[in-house]
Formats: sequence, C-alpha cells, structure tokens
Amino acid sequence: MIPEIGHFALILALSLAVCQGVVPLIGAQRNDAAMMSVARTAAYGQFLFVAISFGCLIWAFVHDDFSVLYVANHSQLSLPTMYKVSAVWSAHEGSLLMWILLLAGWTMAVARFNSGMPQVLVARVIGILGLLAVGFLLFALLTSNPFERLIPAAMDGADLNPLLQDPGLAIHPPLLYVGYVGFSVAFAFAIAAMISGDLDQNWARWTRPWTVVAWLFLTLGIALGSWWAYYELGWGGWWFWDAVENASFMPWLIGTALLHSLAVTERRGLFKSWTLLLSISAFSLSLLGTFLVRSGIIVSVHAFATDPTRGYFILAFLGIVVIGALALYAWRAPALDSAVGFSPLSRETFLLLNNVLLVVATTLVLMGTLAPLIVEMINGSKISIGPPWFEVAFLVPTIPLVLLLGLGMHTAWRKQSKDPLIRLVRLPAIGAVIIGIVLPLMFYGRTSVLLIVGCAAAVWIVATSLIQPLRSWRRKAGATAITRSALGMSIAHLGMGLFVIGVTIVSAFGVESDRAMRPGETLEVAGLEFELREVREVEGPNYTAIEGVVEIRREGDFIATVRPQKRQYRVQKNWMTEAGIHPSWNKDLFVALGDQLGEGAWSVRIQYKPMIRFIWLGALVMALGGLISVTDRRYRKAQQ
Amino acid sequence: MKPRQQRMLAVGLAIVGVGIAAALTFRAFDENMMFFVEISDVVAGEYPKERNFRIGGLVVEDSIEREKGSLAMTFRVTDMRCEVGVEYEGVLPDLFREGQGVVAHGRMGNDGVFVADKILAKHDENYMAPEVAESLAQHVDEKMQPLQEVGTECVSG
Repeated sequence: MIPEIGHFALILALSLAVCQGVVPLIGAQRNDAAMMSVARTAAYGQFLFVAISFGCLIWAFVHDDFSVLYVANHSQLSLPTMYKVSAVWSAHEGSLLMWILLLAGWTMAVARFNSGMPQVLVARVIGILGLLAVGFLLFALLTSNPFERLIPAAMDGADLNPLLQDPGLAIHPPLLYVGYVGFSVAFAFAIAAMISGDLDQNWARWTRPWTVVAWLFLTLGIALGSWWAYYELGWGGWWFWDAVENASFMPWLIGTALLHSLAVTERRGLFKSWTLLLSISAFSLSLLGTFLVRSGIIVSVHAFATDPTRGYFILAFLGIVVIGALALYAWRAPALDSAVGFSPLSRETFLLLNNVLLVVATTLVLMGTLAPLIVEMINGSKISIGPPWFEVAFLVPTIPLVLLLGLGMHTAWRKQSKDPLIRLVRLPAIGAVIIGIVLPLMFYGRTSVLLIVGCAAAVWIVATSLIQPLRSWRRKAGATAITRSALGMSIAHLGMGLFVIGVTIVSAFGVESDRAMRPGETLEVAGLEFELREVREVEGPNYTAIEGVVEIRREGDFIATVRPQKRQYRVQKNWMTEAGIHPSWNKDLFVALGDQLGEGAWSVRIQYKPMIRFIWLGALVMALGGLISVTDRRYRKAQQ
Repeated sequence: MKPRQQRMLAVGLAIVGVGIAAALTFRAFDENMMFFVEISDVVAGEYPKERNFRIGGLVVEDSIEREKGSLAMTFRVTDMRCEVGVEYEGVLPDLFREGQGVVAHGRMGNDGVFVADKILAKHDENYMAPEVAESLAQHVDEKMQPLQEVGTECVSG
C-alpha cells in the first residue's frame, strides 16, 4: 500500500510540475499577476508530493518490503538501518528520485527567498524549473519507477553492494546532487533573462548566491567522493580520471568559471552573454554527467547497470535542453551586449583569462572523456585514455591559472596602475620562489622543475590570499572592514593553495610498494618499518573479515598500529578490502591486505602519502569560502 | 579597452588556448591511447607490437598458478574461443576470481604470454566491462555455452 502511495504521489507531483511549468510562464508573458502567483504554490505542492514519495521509498527500505523490486535488489534484512536508508540512493531509480526531490527543494527555496526580485523574473525561473522537473519526473515514471512490485515478494534482499556500506558514500551522492541540481537554478535564471531580454546587474546579484551554493556543494561532493575512493576502493589513489569522476569535475570547472564571470557581470555589467553561455554549459554538463553514468556507455567503476532506454531518454532530454537553450541564446543574447570598456591591466582582464583557462581545462577533460566514444564511432576500435594523459594535459591551463590568480585578486576593477600592484605582490612573489626551491629540498631531500613550480604556486596563492584578510584584521575596528564577499574569495583561494600543496607533494613523494609478507616479518618503506604482527579472523555485523595487525615504527619507536581487513559480506559473498590507515596532518600511512600467497605469506600494499590530507582540506576550505561569500550583506539586502 | 578590442582579445586568447590544447591532445593522445584487442586476435598475432594494449575475457577455471610466497602469478584468460596466458606480479583486485570477467593492461611478451602491469575486475559481480561482454558474446549462445569447442590449437602462451 505504502509503495503505491509513493507512486501515486509522484504522479501528482508530475501534474503539479506541469502546472508550475506552464501557468507562470504564460502569466509572465501576459503580465498576469494571478497566473504568476501560481508559481509559488505549485512549487510548494510539487515538493510536498515528491517528499511524500521519497518518504514512502525510505519506509519501504526501513521496513524491508521485499515486494518492491528496487528494495529487494538493494537491501537485506541484516543491513544496519543507516545503510537501509542510504541504500535508497544507491542505484539508479532511487538516486533519480533523490535528484527530483532536490530539484523540488531548490525550486521551493527560490520560491521562498526571492524578495526584491520582480515577480516576472521569479515566475519565469520557477516555471523553467517546473519544466525541468516535468522532464525528470517523466523519466522516473516511464523508465525507472522505484516502486515497481516484485510478486511474489522475495524472502530476503540481494543486499547493498558492500562498497557502498560506508558513511562517506552514504552522504557523497546527496552532496554531489545538491550541486548538480543547483546549477539548474543558474540555468533557469539564464533562460528567464533571455526570455525577457532583460539582464542587468541586479540579475547577476540575484543569480550569484544560488550559483555559489550549488558550487560549494559540488565541491564538497567531489572531495568526499575522492576521499571515499582513497580509503574504500582500497588502493590509495585519490583521483583516477575515471569517466564519471570527470563527469562531475567538468560542471565544477565551468561552475567555477561561471562564478567569476558572474562577478564581472554584477560589478561591471560586462560579459553578459558569456555568463549566460556558462550557465547553460554548467547545467548541460551536469546532465551529460548523468547521461554517462546512467547509460553505461562508458567503462567506469561507477557505471550503473546498462539500460539503453534510459540512455536514450536522457540523451533526448539533454538534446532538448541544450539545443533549446542555445537556440534561445543565439536569438536573444546579441541584444544583451553592453559597451563598457576596461583597461588591459584590470580585474576584468584577469577574470577573462581565468574564464578562458577554465574553459580550456574543461574542454581537455571533455575530449579525453569522450575520445573513446568518438574513436569507436569512427573506426570501431575500442581505446581508453590513460590518466597520464589527463595529468599532463590538465597542467597546461592550470599552471597559468593559479599563477594569475594571485595577481587578479589584487587588481582593481576598470583600471589598475602597475606600480602599486607590483609593490603589493613583490614580497609574496619572491617568498614563493624561495620557499618553492627550499621546501622540497629541506623536507624531502630532492626537487624537480615541476616541484618548484607546484610549491611556489601554492605558497604564492596562500600568501596573496592572506594579504587582504590580514590587513583588515590588523586595522582598527570601523575602518573599511573587509566585506564578507572579499573574505570569502580570499578563503576560497587559500583553499586552492592548500590543495595545490597537497597535490604537488603527494604526487612527487608518495611511495607505493606491493610486497609479500609473512606474520612476524618487517619491511622498510619510506624510512619506516612495517611489521606484520599477525593475521587473524574477526566478525563484523554482516561480514567476516581477515585482519592483519601491522605495527609501524620509525627507527624502533612505535608510531601506530593499523588493522587492514579483507571482508567477506555474508549475503553477496564479495571480498572487500578495507585499508588500515594511520592519518596525520602531514602524512598518511596506508596498509592494504591482499591475497594469501601460500607458505603463510600475504600480499600487502604499503603506501606513504605525504600531505594528502591537504587535498581534501583545500576543497573544504574552498567550500567554506563560498559559504562566507553568500552571507555578504548585499545579498541579504536584496532579500529584504 | 573598447568593446571591439575586448572581443578581439577574448577571441584571440581563446584561439591560442584551444590551439595549444589541441596540439597537446593529439600528441599525447597517441602515446596514452590503449587499444582493446580481442583474445582471438591476440592469438592470431593481430595486436599492436611494441606498445601497451588491453585484453579482456573470463579467467579460466583452475588456471591460477602462484609462485609460492611471492607476488608473481600466472593465469589464463578466454574469450570462449581462444585463450591466452597472462603473467602478473602485484596485488589483485578484490573481485578477481576464476570464472569471472577481467581486463588486463600490458603488452605481449616474447613467449606468447601477455605481461600485465594492471589488472581490473569490476566492483559489482553482475557488471562486466562492455568491451569484454561484447567480445564474449560473439562466441557463446544465450546460456553462455561456447558456440564451438574451445579449441586446443587456439592458444597462446
């Protein structure tokens, strides 16, 4: 009964989404206030019914209703309750429903927090979000109904994939989806502006906080996914240039470009049509990402079970959204250009460069991701593009990007005179070069060109990001305090610097060693002694495990004991590696247990990962910067 | 800067950026591109010489042999028509098992044995890499029974 209520609620949500997508848009065209006011009610109603539907699916999971096919396939009686809930979004149908719920949530937020915005704009934005919701709801109802029954019901479920039985992965998809779906708000604002032909600086001010929030969630989602891959996939990498990782990274890159372009549009009324194009691209790339994951056309650890119908549906939806939006763009955007000039040395120029480089980076990732598909279409050969290519190609746009960042932050709008800028950044620049040369030699004993560039760039970003906050902190209260917006920017850039340090050091000095080991044996890796004390069996709630006890010492002094496991889950019988990690701020020591090799020996992978935590810390700080910037007073003023 | 100059600057920069990107892509693409070669083709000698490629198929039952106490091992992979020997030294992925789908990256050794430097097995039992599934599908019926006898002559290594 409950699953049928969920299914029915989803159909009602579709009807409301149709209202929400049609009536306000017509109302906005006719300037009919009554029709436009339908937007808010319909958005609330749609959210309510989608939430009921989502609640019903959670209920089915928590109550082990194995007469629901989706539950029977992805849950199991002895699964801990927390994972029964997260199993809801562990596969295609449920995660699509979550996507719809989040879209409805964002829409409701727009309907709620819009004071100061003209009613016509609100009605159009909500209307467009309604049309998107219609597309996704149809997708769910026609191809991916999570409430489909299994008759007769299964006695027990097939269990949740053990890889997903992890707190990190329980919250990784929701965060990522909040980001993905959030870009639909920026998209809707862009379409609304093109329909009305009215794009002023206020428009950019209203669009900006929504975009920043979407971006910061996407940042967190990607970072969490990377961290999960690091400790849970068992083999210690943090980024694999896997097609699906790239699919989440491309909207992030374009979203980052969009944030910077929006800043120019808000402050100076420039780059308007460019901003629109980026808004369209960010959302289109989010859809492309979904298409890649759902259709299974690309080889990936993330690929869900293949179903061509779903792939076609998403592809058709993507086609309608992209072609429709670009056609509207070609028709309306030329009218939006403004004729304001800026000097070659100005913040506008730096932000332009930032955008060009980010778009180049996105293009490279896109090419590498789609190349296997394109080559197969042309001559039928099945190729794959290795991570080394991405690593090299990606550095080309990003090195100038991070170097220019330090200058751009301190350049004035319109026109900047050269000398004060040089005076301001001289010290950080010299310091960065010196530290860049000295730091790797001092702590790690060797260096290379790439290391010097990486370390210098990191120090340069950190130092230049701190100039403004430090100055305002030292100044007396009341004197021109730093705005939240500027503080947010500085902190986000600081996060970028921390990230660059982490990536540089761990790529250069990380050590990875696969060895055979017997209990009692000691191996030396990266100047540390790893002793396998014993290998024993342990019992978990729904698995049995073989656990290695490894003691780590430096010159005989005890550092830590780690306990890597190989788990066998009782239902699916899969073996899963659970790495033993000793984390600290400046290095991770990582031991994973492999197979039994005979004669009492085990294969082990030992890794030394210096500064790896800075990669995720950097992402966290970036997201924090985004959060601070949306609390800026001028956005709140717009809300009054 | 006048708007026209701005536009020119933007266009110029974009062209330079895309140009560099394209040049790099095509140069490095070739080096990092790995072809998937079906096992029947490997056995027939039709594989890229002197460079890495990928093979995939099912791990043959009872074919895994280890050197006792070391990471070195050999096994055989079949596409349900031909089979090839694979040699590997390293930690294996969790789902590597006899009878299961596997993809190996590496190159051909002199003795007809494929020397793998990377082994991939999927994280989900029901999921098989599309190229492997396609390659197997040519040689089996709906019940996964081989269409012809898995030939003893069609073997490498």
